[in-house]
Amino acid sequence: MRVELDEPKCVASGQCVMAAPEVFDQRDEDGIAFLLEEKPAADSLDDVREAVAICPAAAIRLVEQ
Amino acid sequence: MRRIVVVGASAAGLAAVETLRREGYDGTLTLVGDEPWTPYDRPPLSKQLLAAEWEPDRLALRTPDDLAGLGLDLRLGVAATGLELADRTVTLADGSDVPYDGLIVATGVRPRRLPGEGAHVLRTLDDALMLRERLTPGRRLVVVGAGFLGAEAAAVAWRLGAHVTLLEPAPVPLAHAVGTEVGQVLSRAHVDRGVDLRCGVTVIEVTEDGVRLADGEVIDADEVLVAVGSLPNTEWLDGSGLAVGDGVVCDEFCEAARNVYAAGDVARWYNPLFGTSMRIEHRTHAAEQGMAAARNLLHPKARKPFAPVPYFWSDQYDMKIQAYGFLRGHDEVAVVDGDLAERRFVAVYRTGDRVSGALAVGMPPKAIRLWRQAIAAGAAWSESVRTEVPATGA
Repeated sequence: MRVELDEPKCVASGQCVMAAPEVFDQRDEDGIAFLLEEKPAADSLDDVREAVAICPAAAIRLVEQ
Repeated sequence: MRRIVVVGASAAGLAAVETLRREGYDGTLTLVGDEPWTPYDRPPLSKQLLAAEWEPDRLALRTPDDLAGLGLDLRLGVAATGLELADRTVTLADGSDVPYDGLIVATGVRPRRLPGEGAHVLRTLDDALMLRERLTPGRRLVVVGAGFLGAEAAAVAWRLGAHVTLLEPAPVPLAHAVGTEVGQVLSRAHVDRGVDLRCGVTVIEVTEDGVRLADGEVIDADEVLVAVGSLPNTEWLDGSGLAVGDGVVCDEFCEAARNVYAAGDVARWYNPLFGTSMRIEHRTHAAEQGMAAARNLLHPKARKPFAPVPYFWSDQYDMKIQAYGFLRGHDEVAVVDGDLAERRFVAVYRTGDRVSGALAVGMPPKAIRLWRQAIAAGAAWSESVRTEVPATGA
């Protein structure tokens, strides 16, 4: 599974960082999210799904590859 | 449980149906929405969509494929009109009855209006598109209500070249939510740009020419936007036996009656983290509560109290405002980082002896995330905040 982040949609809420801190972080200057891990380990996938569900901008997708 | 009905097809309802499927529920799942659209995102309505930076297709919360993958019995463009708790049936506006074993109410809120015709409100995609069409350079826009929604719309309209007058009944905008000092600082952003902000002004009606104030003065306008708060959509529950009082009244599990839960803007539930009942109209809250309600409905033996730290953000001009916690009713505000006057700061809020909230403008995200942890932990104010004695003299 691969994580896709639509950066222009991100509203810098940081909800993904709280849901899956091993996969997401935020830039200091504007809070926009970035990926630490594009292909998260299997034991992180539930956290990533939580981040997908909680993202207020619907900016995260988890896609099969 | 083989039949679950979720009424309300916005952020909370969507989160609920997705969570039910993710957690293994494979029975009939009906999602009812009164708007004709598949679930879309509302915060951009007063931001990117109003500014014509985004078109409506960018607001879709899920792709058609994602939605199809949920295997929903999707009923869009039809409102729920009644609930029979004893028969476990929801009645829809098209006359159909939908039976359920489990129900999640997520019917949201609608804007409060003022007497008189012709004013805009800003809640739905249609509302936003209608207002956007009228916001051409030089148009005179009166915004009634300088809360977060009114402030965002005023900022966008100013950027589009409209002449904006912002009317607020309170002496200081947002003071009840963020405190007087912070409210003053935020409202100065309007004044700095030439928006005509008038506080302590009560609008009694919308007229053909603009708005009429309580003292009789008429303020002329080409367009009027009324942004004076919301009302929970609970009328369809009248007579159902569900307790309603500024929202659907729920316990700490978001349950309103046996196997009936509520989530999102419409839900008033007891938040054990703050020891009080609350109703929250924030975007992230809707998703969190939709998920929590779905889990508690599906796993009755493993229910968890819903005890979130509410979060919201607001974009106004070049400011991004972010806040965690429950700021209303706070006893004290302290600026712990940055500088109020520069509109770059972190303010924290005290209720009793605990840190109940934090609000940041223009600060790195980590600066406020630490305070979120303090709020979630119920940290004592006296141990978290070093209140400095204000300088006097000179």
